[in-house]
Amino acid sequence: MSEPILEVRQLVKRYAGLTAVDGVSFAVDSGICFGLLGPNGAGKTTTIEIMEGILAATSGEVRYRGEPLGSRSREDSGILFQKTALQDFLTVRQSLTLFRNLYARGHSVDELIQRCALEKLQDRDTRKLSGGQQQRLLLAIAIANDPDVLFLDEPTTGLDPQARRNFWELVQSIKASRKTIILTTHYMEEAELLCDEIAIMDGGRIIAQGGPRKLLREHFAEVLLELPKQEFPASARALPLRLFEAGERIEITTDDLDGTLRVLMDAQVPLTNLRIRPPNLEDLFLELTGKELRA
Amino acid sequence: MMQRLLAVWHARNLEFVRDRSTLLFTLVLPIALVVGMGIVFGGPERPLFKVGVVTTHLAQEKDPFLHERYVEFLPVTDRADAIRKVGRHQLDLLLDPAGSVHYWVNTDSPKGYIVEKLLLSEDHGATREQVTGKAIRYVDWLFPGVLGMNMMFSCLFGVGYVVLRYRKSGFLKRLHATPLTPFEFLSAQVLSRLSLVVLVTVILYCGVSPIIHFHSAGSAVLLLLIAVMGALSLIALGLTIAARFSSDELVGGVLNLMTWPMMLLSGIWYSLEGSPHWVRLLAQVFPLTHVLSAARAVMIDGAGFVQVAPDLAYLGITAFAFLAFGAWSFRWRID
Repeated sequence: MSEPILEVRQLVKRYAGLTAVDGVSFAVDSGICFGLLGPNGAGKTTTIEIMEGILAATSGEVRYRGEPLGSRSREDSGILFQKTALQDFLTVRQSLTLFRNLYARGHSVDELIQRCALEKLQDRDTRKLSGGQQQRLLLAIAIANDPDVLFLDEPTTGLDPQARRNFWELVQSIKASRKTIILTTHYMEEAELLCDEIAIMDGGRIIAQGGPRKLLREHFAEVLLELPKQEFPASARALPLRLFEAGERIEITTDDLDGTLRVLMDAQVPLTNLRIRPPNLEDLFLELTGKELRA
Repeated sequence: MMQRLLAVWHARNLEFVRDRSTLLFTLVLPIALVVGMGIVFGGPERPLFKVGVVTTHLAQEKDPFLHERYVEFLPVTDRADAIRKVGRHQLDLLLDPAGSVHYWVNTDSPKGYIVEKLLLSEDHGATREQVTGKAIRYVDWLFPGVLGMNMMFSCLFGVGYVVLRYRKSGFLKRLHATPLTPFEFLSAQVLSRLSLVVLVTVILYCGVSPIIHFHSAGSAVLLLLIAVMGALSLIALGLTIAARFSSDELVGGVLNLMTWPMMLLSGIWYSLEGSPHWVRLLAQVFPLTHVLSAARAVMIDGAGFVQVAPDLAYLGITAFAFLAFGAWSFRWRID
């Protein structure tokens, strides 16, 4: 078995009165997209910033190709932060030129512009870009050095659905060139689409890890039933069902759909607005923590 | 390393040049200041004669000349320095009443000519000593001070606030994620600001010259070297503050704490001659004192490299020390 490209060992990060990351360990194989999932404050960004080498851990270590982080990992990494400011008054092309010249190797500026569809924007002041255009530029900056590992920290937060889909297409094209991607997100759709493996974090710890499908199979029966909370009688909460409250919904998981429906009808639960669907990662998180992912 | 340094240097220059309002302010403010000073101080001199008297107790001197009206008599203890001032028209005449009375007068000075007539009218048989030299107006003395002050503000505030803005916006954090080192980043900032400050200083020097007709006796190349070394030291000083802090108020306060003593004690507006010894010692700590002392020595006295070498050495040493401290204490991000 080949050595993982990144290995996180017993990582701990403490701030005054707060343990942001609490003994996290995992390994990332080369060429996959690894997702760190969790709600705000779960410790995802702290973990990824320690992996990027820009934040020191309180204890534990991160190894890149079997070595501690250092100049090699910095040359080989591309990073897209959750929030990134660029230098004022520079155009898209000039910003790309600046970052490209900070690395010994990488794509040409023209290649970057072409790969991230920035041709029409290359002479525009970066302050005048829309959110989606800005993220495309930041992605181009992140891959300026043709990195072996690309860190994407909540890259589509705040983007409209169209811009988000465009961004996913770009990430998929990078993934297709066998680059390793570390992605943090709280969009389950994003994780399901892009990630080969995920680790779910909560309270600074990893509470589940594996392939998305494998995790869903392990934790869920086949279907999930959703009912509006205000239509669900209080007396029905005592029914012998696997039942969770998720915001304004009541969710029930089951591998016996017919039996469950019979129990609900017998209890005179209104089923007009019943929705039946396969469980997703959001449901997995709820199942594991009792909390909604975007709470 | 050079590629990374040049990339950051180039980007910073572009940012500055395109920030029109800041660029305009950087150029217009010092020009307006110098022109204003020229108007205020460059006009006709006040009708007052100044005579230096070599004595420690002026009141005890019996010479009848010392009772002339419209003449200000100033006690001096350093005769050689006072003779130099006669040469520069800072004193109209110097009188040494001890023993056989001597006096020094500048043959190029109209006021010296008149005061000499007054002295000779008393008929006390003083021996005449002749001094020559062109007048040094206040504006000639002030001009290096204004250039130095502009340099100080541009270096300290320009660098301090730019790095602070980069840190607060997260741009530094992004740069931290690249192979760029603190030393490379800081060096690029120093070089970018240095190019700008030296360019502005040269433009001011050349542009203001025809307006106030200031006097420069020494080498322009040496003046340029002093400007470069001075700017290096002051920029590096600014970086020691910008290297670490993240608060506007704190950085502003610390920068003011540095600039005000320099404004008052580095000799921008007036000479520290006659100030308490400790004040003059304290002034020697400030890089701006050495910039102005060297620049005035070159411009007014025509001093050469050897005479200003100690000032240049001090500026070089402080520049290196400040930059090293800045790189050591540098923080990419807000803690």
